[in-house]
Amino acid sequence: MKKNSVKSAFLGLFRHQIFIPIAALLILVIFNLVADPSFFKITFGHNNAGDPILSGNLMTIFNNASELAILAIGMTLVTAASGGQDISVGATIAIAGSVILRILCGAQGPRPESMQAPIIVAFLVACVVTMLFGAFNGVLVSYFKIQPMVATLIMFTAGRSIAAWINNNQLPVIKDVSFGYFGNYIPGIPIPTPVFIAILCMIIIALVLKLTNLGLYVQAVGINSHSSRLNGLNPEFIKFITYVIMGLCVAVAGLIKVSRISTINYSVIAKDIEMDAILAVALGGNALGGGKFSMTASILGAYVIQFLTTTLYKFEVPSDALPAYKAIVVIILVVLSAPIVREKLGQLRKKIAPEKATGEA
Amino acid sequence: MKKLLSLMLAVAMIFALAACGGGGEVVDPTEEAGLIKVGIINNDPNESGYRTANDADMKRVFTEENGYEASFAYSLKNDEQIAAAQKFIQDEVDYLLISAAGTAGWDTVLKDAQDAGIQVILFDRTIDADESLYVASIVSDMAKEGQTAVDWLASQALEAYNVIHIQGVMGSAAQIGRTGALDVMVAENENWNLVTQQTAEWNAETAQQIVQAVIDSGKEFNVVYAENDDMAKGAVAALDAAGITHGVDGDVIIMGFDCNKWALEELLNGNWNYDGQCNPFQADYIDEIIEGLEKGEAPAEKVVIMEEKGFDATTITQADVDQYGI
Amino acid sequence: MSGQNIVLKMRGICKYFPGVKALQNVDFTLREGEIHALMGENGAGKSTLIKVLTGVYQRDYGQVFINDEAVIIRSPQDAQNAGISTVYQEITLCPNLTVAENMYIGRQKGVGVSWKSMNSKAKEILESLEIPAEPTQQLGSCSIAVQQMVAIARAVDMECKVLILDEPTSSLDDNEVQKLFKLMRDLKAKGVGIIFVTHFLEQVYEVCDTITVLRDGQLVGEYPIDELPRVQLVSKMLGKELDDLSDIKRDGEVSEKSDSVAVLKVKSLKSTTGVEPFDFEIYEGEVNGFTGLLGSGRSECVRAIFGADKTAGGEVFVGKKKVKINKPLDAMKNGVGYLAEDRKRDGIIGDLSVRENIILALQVMKGFFKPFSRAQAEAFADEYIKLLQIKTASVNTPIKSLSGGNQQKVILARWLLTNPSYLILDEPTRGIDIGTKVEIQKLVLKLADEGKSVTFISSEIDEMLRTCSRLIVMRDRKVVGSLTGDELTQNNIMATIAGGDK
Repeated sequence: MKKNSVKSAFLGLFRHQIFIPIAALLILVIFNLVADPSFFKITFGHNNAGDPILSGNLMTIFNNASELAILAIGMTLVTAASGGQDISVGATIAIAGSVILRILCGAQGPRPESMQAPIIVAFLVACVVTMLFGAFNGVLVSYFKIQPMVATLIMFTAGRSIAAWINNNQLPVIKDVSFGYFGNYIPGIPIPTPVFIAILCMIIIALVLKLTNLGLYVQAVGINSHSSRLNGLNPEFIKFITYVIMGLCVAVAGLIKVSRISTINYSVIAKDIEMDAILAVALGGNALGGGKFSMTASILGAYVIQFLTTTLYKFEVPSDALPAYKAIVVIILVVLSAPIVREKLGQLRKKIAPEKATGEA
Repeated sequence: MKKLLSLMLAVAMIFALAACGGGGEVVDPTEEAGLIKVGIINNDPNESGYRTANDADMKRVFTEENGYEASFAYSLKNDEQIAAAQKFIQDEVDYLLISAAGTAGWDTVLKDAQDAGIQVILFDRTIDADESLYVASIVSDMAKEGQTAVDWLASQALEAYNVIHIQGVMGSAAQIGRTGALDVMVAENENWNLVTQQTAEWNAETAQQIVQAVIDSGKEFNVVYAENDDMAKGAVAALDAAGITHGVDGDVIIMGFDCNKWALEELLNGNWNYDGQCNPFQADYIDEIIEGLEKGEAPAEKVVIMEEKGFDATTITQADVDQYGI
Repeated sequence: MSGQNIVLKMRGICKYFPGVKALQNVDFTLREGEIHALMGENGAGKSTLIKVLTGVYQRDYGQVFINDEAVIIRSPQDAQNAGISTVYQEITLCPNLTVAENMYIGRQKGVGVSWKSMNSKAKEILESLEIPAEPTQQLGSCSIAVQQMVAIARAVDMECKVLILDEPTSSLDDNEVQKLFKLMRDLKAKGVGIIFVTHFLEQVYEVCDTITVLRDGQLVGEYPIDELPRVQLVSKMLGKELDDLSDIKRDGEVSEKSDSVAVLKVKSLKSTTGVEPFDFEIYEGEVNGFTGLLGSGRSECVRAIFGADKTAGGEVFVGKKKVKINKPLDAMKNGVGYLAEDRKRDGIIGDLSVRENIILALQVMKGFFKPFSRAQAEAFADEYIKLLQIKTASVNTPIKSLSGGNQQKVILARWLLTNPSYLILDEPTRGIDIGTKVEIQKLVLKLADEGKSVTFISSEIDEMLRTCSRLIVMRDRKVVGSLTGDELTQNNIMATIAGGDK
């Protein structure tokens, strides 16, 4: 009896979409365990400032996946509601970072001796700016009915120039170590700060999904906007608001990014991160055409991507070959999620299942 | 609500337009007699700190006070640059100064320039065209930059060189030049090893991840050879987090390129060991050549290779930082 | 019955879906030159049988013979090659291609296309079938009825031995239906075997030779048409003796309450969809309806009342209070519910569960920041699943995997849950089985008895006669009359719709 319930739970998991990222994660974990168990070693040490830190591949994964996990939150909502993706997030991260640095530098030029404004002010201004750009994308998508990829192509193209323009093409550097806390370590806490920021974002989105109808509305609009309208929803506004939320996620990711190195390079900061964010959503088993979504699966997808990246670095795969490996993952995903393959797999399972049943009896 | 939205839209559009203004646009010159008309075609100054410094340098030299009437066109795309060149030819400029985005496709437009009696000077980047089509080209020798850096490293006389080599975008002139010298050294010397050789595509964060991966794998290394300053900075961030000392008196030698002002300051503070210059200041060289041409003197050499320094943390001064930092 | 040559034989067909036995050991026989009705309630297995035959689904057990030769059909292409053509209920053509392209898509041999000959051939066929469409016209610009005809023309032109018509008449008007029947008889004369799936009993008796009845995935029997009277057919489909249909005629005139204040009243309401400004009122406990031909504007009227389309003038009163209804939510907050005509497009949220579909409207009214707890939502859903006898595996089943009738019940549940004082039902019985139809009609009358007001729209006049105490008749996007009491007869309605001597 107990065995049965375990089995049915397992089968339930198999059917659930979160199965995909979990399976991918398991494959990676097993691969690393076999290839080199020391991959999972976590060591305790001190950094150059003499503060305690934990290090190891796992910490690296948790640390570096933070921005991606945060972006995956926004990308999931955007995808679900509007049936398309925001490809401008990398460029708008550049804008967010640039705004933060601009505010911190104040009138002192690109290399101020001290920060000219509290970090929180800089961050809040960046939030407002990126939410405005998100609103711009959202207006194009929801009210002007432009395809999301095309609409966000505008910011994708212009974003990095705007970021450079905000700082007059200067490359500001913040010397104050406290600015680096957000992307590195807070003295005395051995776990990288981005991990906490990502967890905070996850808690917030979990609460929002629990305490509001965001999830229901977004899914309803994404699946059938005609019906949603006749049920009293405002599909345009809901699509619009997901882009604004995406903007907020971008600001948080931007803060981490610039804080990591206390400076910015407009043309390469967060380069291609939009593709990883979209991949995270897909890896989470969410339909890129919109509709139902699983936030947990998307976020898990983000960590799987970083796990893959770190694994490949560890095995010294040339980093310019990384996209090729990610492409393979995408191909497998797309093929597995194709209806025809699912049907075949379903048949296969059915063929195996009755035999098992007779065997047990 | 709708009004607010349209307002936001308008604001965002203005932002976008303002930003677009930089690219692919030709600034109209004002007609004035007695000045030498130059048309300057450059890459987008947003591309990098190097380009920003390069553009600022051009704007510093080619002014009316110096006897020039300069028009600028910026683009990262070859075809847009060629279109801009054609426009300058129609405007009958005296000199065409080009930093080409791509190496191919320039023959026709340069012939047109020649037919119109316009002299062409290439700066920063060369093109695949017949030498007769331009009077001079002022370039950096990336291979030499690499050689200078590797020679400096060799002069440190370490017992063993275990190098983390972080490359730029594969196939770029800077990457090929800066990688070449190191590869040769490693091949020829027993005590030179590459711990890892990876491209971080000029990206600080990728560099940080690469170095992090090496640290996590527990491999020994004592040199980080990063092909630009950003990547060196990323590498240092990883070292700092892992509690590995670097710079003068540190365990790991840090090497970067491009001589950003902030990078030279790192040298000055002893956090890094070496920074190789990639000289963006070609304007004075060009100015000199034009002066000569105006007097009827052809330049002594067709290809002018700029002088480029390498800075050592133990010898660098504040004056160097101010003068060479970009 | 012409000819005994059996063209199609299906034997012992079984098809299983997870948790459902969709077809169990079903036989089906089609003869040359026969029009054969396939009857059954929704969920009886008609669609599944058709899909097995056309290769959309793979059968699990059983055999299919064409001209006594066993065939294996793995794909619609196989079916086509075997001489089986299908016209589905939903248009499966490409609206953005031309009529001719749609007729010949996927059928050219080789790479090249001769547009000219394609267009001229298409024109010939269209003319011979009297289909009012130009070959070069974009299909999407034709009416649904014409699109349906084009689909049939396409199937006919493919030299088929077996033609399957799956609910082809549900969007055609009488005139068009007659044209289609003529076409079917022509094909029959040519020896084509036709499988005709429909919900309209009249049509079955008008055109068919044989009837096969399915129920709950099993074969009930095959009958020559003259040996199976209507009442018997219905009872076989439902699996019980049927006197329900006659039962539900309403007793007396309940709804004469003109002295009281109207629950909802509109004055010269006008929407941007082009209906003339109209007046309308409904009283407590009243059931009224809009009737008229397809496209006469009946749906547009109720959509305007609900705020589904933009209004362009007019006044709306709820009770004595004047209200503004600019969007559906305004109407909902004033106690109006609207079950839309097109269930797929405007009703269901396909991927969401039955539970989410049921609570959606009430949830939206409750507000963004006040989600129902899971337990509460399930309690609501369970209550209505029981009340309306919705057949679903669980409350968490996606609504799209339910049969049409059950989907409609879920949408009905959604609006009942909002406890509206006035409920608009636009074609609630279209495309669903007779059993559910009767249930819905009964429900409407029950609601009225409880003091709720209902507007009921249906293409089937007898259905409206059974339920409504007042009918508003529309013609050419204008209200042309209102019938109550003794005026409510089939003939009267026809005359008003047709106009003329009034």
